[in-house]
Amino acid sequence: MKDHISRRNFLKITGAGSVALGAAAATSGCLKRAGNNNPLSGNDNTSPGKMEYRNNPGNGDKVSLLGFGCMRWPMTKDKDGKDIVDQDIVNTLVDYAFKHGVNYYDTSPAYLEGQSEKAAGIALGRYPRKSYYLATKLSNFKTWTSEASKRMYRDSMEQLQTDYFDYYLLHAIGMNGFEGFENRYVNNGILDFLLEERKAGRIRNLGFSFHGTKDSFDSFLKLHDIYHWDFVQIELNYLDWEHAKIPRNVNADYLYGELEKRKIPVIVMEPLLGGRLVNVPDNIADKLKGREPEKSIASWAFRFAGSLPDVLTVLSGMTSMEHLQDNINTFSHFKPLSPEESGFLKETADLISEYPVIPCNDCKYCMPCPYGIDIPGIFKHFNKCVNDGFIARTKEQEDYNRLKKAYLVSYDRSIASMRQANHCIGCKQCIEHCPQSIMIPNELHKIDSYIERLKRGTLK
Amino acid sequence: MLKTIRRILAAFSFIFITLLFLDFTGTLQKWFGWLARIQFLPAIMALNLAVIIALILITIVFGRIYCSVICPLGIFQDLISWMSGKRKKKKMRFSYSPEKKWIRYGVFVLFAIALISGIHAFVSILAPYSSYGRIAQNLFSPVYLWMNNFLAFIAEKADSFAFYSKDVWIKSLPTFVIAALTFAIIFILAWKNGRTYCNTVCPVGTILSFFSRFSLFRPIINTEKCKTCHICERKCKAACIDLKTHKIDYSRCVDCFDCIDNCRFDAMEYRFAYGVKPKNGSSGNGGEHDLKNENSSGKLSRRAFLTTTAIAVTAATVKAGEKKIDGGLAMITDKKIPERKERLTPFGSVSIDHFYDCCTACQLCVSVCPNEILRPSVELEYLMQPVMSYERGYCRPECVKCSEVCPSGAILKITPEEKTAIHIGTAVVDYDLCVVNTDNVNCGNCARHCPAGAIRMLRKDPDNRESLRIPSVIEERCIGCGACENLCPSRPYSAIHVDGLKIHRTD
Repeated sequence: MKDHISRRNFLKITGAGSVALGAAAATSGCLKRAGNNNPLSGNDNTSPGKMEYRNNPGNGDKVSLLGFGCMRWPMTKDKDGKDIVDQDIVNTLVDYAFKHGVNYYDTSPAYLEGQSEKAAGIALGRYPRKSYYLATKLSNFKTWTSEASKRMYRDSMEQLQTDYFDYYLLHAIGMNGFEGFENRYVNNGILDFLLEERKAGRIRNLGFSFHGTKDSFDSFLKLHDIYHWDFVQIELNYLDWEHAKIPRNVNADYLYGELEKRKIPVIVMEPLLGGRLVNVPDNIADKLKGREPEKSIASWAFRFAGSLPDVLTVLSGMTSMEHLQDNINTFSHFKPLSPEESGFLKETADLISEYPVIPCNDCKYCMPCPYGIDIPGIFKHFNKCVNDGFIARTKEQEDYNRLKKAYLVSYDRSIASMRQANHCIGCKQCIEHCPQSIMIPNELHKIDSYIERLKRGTLK
Repeated sequence: MLKTIRRILAAFSFIFITLLFLDFTGTLQKWFGWLARIQFLPAIMALNLAVIIALILITIVFGRIYCSVICPLGIFQDLISWMSGKRKKKKMRFSYSPEKKWIRYGVFVLFAIALISGIHAFVSILAPYSSYGRIAQNLFSPVYLWMNNFLAFIAEKADSFAFYSKDVWIKSLPTFVIAALTFAIIFILAWKNGRTYCNTVCPVGTILSFFSRFSLFRPIINTEKCKTCHICERKCKAACIDLKTHKIDYSRCVDCFDCIDNCRFDAMEYRFAYGVKPKNGSSGNGGEHDLKNENSSGKLSRRAFLTTTAIAVTAATVKAGEKKIDGGLAMITDKKIPERKERLTPFGSVSIDHFYDCCTACQLCVSVCPNEILRPSVELEYLMQPVMSYERGYCRPECVKCSEVCPSGAILKITPEEKTAIHIGTAVVDYDLCVVNTDNVNCGNCARHCPAGAIRMLRKDPDNRESLRIPSVIEERCIGCGACENLCPSRPYSAIHVDGLKIHRTD
């Protein structure tokens, strides 16, 4: 029975070309986000369409343009009150994605303290190994020794119930400069080991994911001649295209351009900037919704990333059925941006970049803060207040009291008092873990000082 | 008519005094704070002569109407007694009983001695307004907060900021237990016998009785009209009408006017007692002690006190360190109370002695403190009187709420500007606990939050520009607000704590 279903799914994915298209085209304009559907029901309210696929020029892999990012899974509590992955929901989500042609799954041993790989392994293990592409990473952030790194590599195989990886990444290189890369991968011989594994066929594509400065990116690309990177995973979205936080990050148009020159396939991460391109200020939301009232705000960001021809797949972390369905909808009736629409998004990006939000994507790499601060929570709350217009400028402004109350009450609601910004001691241990290179303690102290001025009534 | 006026006034006092204890936002204080200030014992403590004289004059003129319309504990008993009287066959449940002089004056003498010699706990337990305050703070306030938190929960769902959630916590177990026992005793006494507490135990009742004996206006029985039907006696919750002799014990009459209201023959009048010679009705002095149908309330409350202290001792040992765990976040140990050389009392309390001499432990400041600093003391000497500590928050520079509400002058009224010039304590650093030393990291969180600029971060190694910096307190500048202590990352004991000043210093 299981085999039967799998085969059917498999056929659906690989033979997607034979699916009828007429009906899809007719209905594509009137789709709504699934609002109140039971996430577990898996009700198919996505009109039939055809998943967009891209060819990997290196080996002919036919990869769905929507990739499933597994950094976050829906969580539940076990009987001891510990947070664990809700495997039932994960299986339902993966089944749905599979059914609709998503065939690229990206995880890492670092995600959810190792729970992500395990859950992905269980969900995907129910399908024939050849029916999907599996990507994971060597996330040797803390221990760089050869033994520990190899152990991590082998553990991934075990957790993911496989004996080969389709895509294997050096995880987040660039964060500690070129030197960090050399320590993590070159000096300990791990890169040589991985090249051997590639030769042996246990790694079908070897690449890296990048966060860092322009210089280090250039250095990594120079190594292309030696190592031949099969792909590179970069942060790309319509805001980072020209508005990345320079100099500690690089504009995506540069990254993409350099990869395009070398014909290296691009895998896109952070297409939504950790949700920041969904939770936008009201006037931005109005602008996007005004043009396409029935399309989600997220769909614009996905179309932007997917419209670039050298992008192999766009990763999205989908923890609820609504998001999954919306994304599948976007990629099953994929419409590349017209030049006019591109211009519109560029304008939108210019507008968004003017909001003083903190570029935190809620990746939680900084956590746990040894002093118990809820760093992503504080930033998320601050950004929400910026977007909702809850930041007071002066004490004189008309709605000062309302804004003050809104900020302070919502702050206490979202962050436990012992984990608020005033407890940040500025030890700076978090900074090196931040892929966005946010000066976390400075930002926390700024927020704290704003709150202090609100409380004392000393805002100018 | 008189009864209706009494009831309206009483309802007003009772509702708003109760709300003073429940309203954690402190907004009602502005309009109704005076209700706490006209309470008898707090006024004595505050040496508020105007209020004391006014209350005594009122008593001399009208009798103990204070007990019926101002004292929240008295009104509370009327409320319980009224509910009790709603039961079938209980409408006429009172009967005359003679004054329990030994208990009454015994308690009063003990109270006076305790007051003079500064045995605060004993004074606090008997103080009627404070007893009610403790009941409101410990028993009613949690219910109020839970309702508030429920509304906050709904408001949160609706993205409204109209309500925000507050922590409900037992600030001091002994005080909670004493409040609960007081409540139980008061409830039983009032349920069965009306105003027994006020007329046998309450020291304020006893003081006022000295004056009410001679009050100018009082309920008087007109023996010509009286048919000796005993209804007034059976309705008298003070048990002070002896209809056999047609005498009323004015030392115990609280002017509730139930007798007048219930008399079918118009034989009861509230009128001027002198000039026109009353046929009867001066103080009725029942000579005998009728212990058979009375609870010996003095005994009861003494027993309650002993039980409480025993419970307090066990409670202190049970309280263990609580830990919090949540996913993805580092575990945080709760802070523990450090050993302070001298205790901390609020800004505006002048000195430790002044504070504890004046305080009647009514818990109003504890109720309004938004930073969860003030809590009733568990030490026997200062039992139930507030003490400050900085585990849950610190004394924020913009807040002077406790000084605004204190009715007894224990905390004098100050403004936030005046607060910056008052020193209640001095911070002391424990370098063995400081994270700069233990974890070898940069910190300076104490210095960053010090509103007085009293903490300097100095290089550990003065010759090395890159050296980590450790805090050092400029004692003269430190005001003792506890920002440093509360925000110190060292747990469970902060590496910097505040020792109180015996006498607060003002710049």
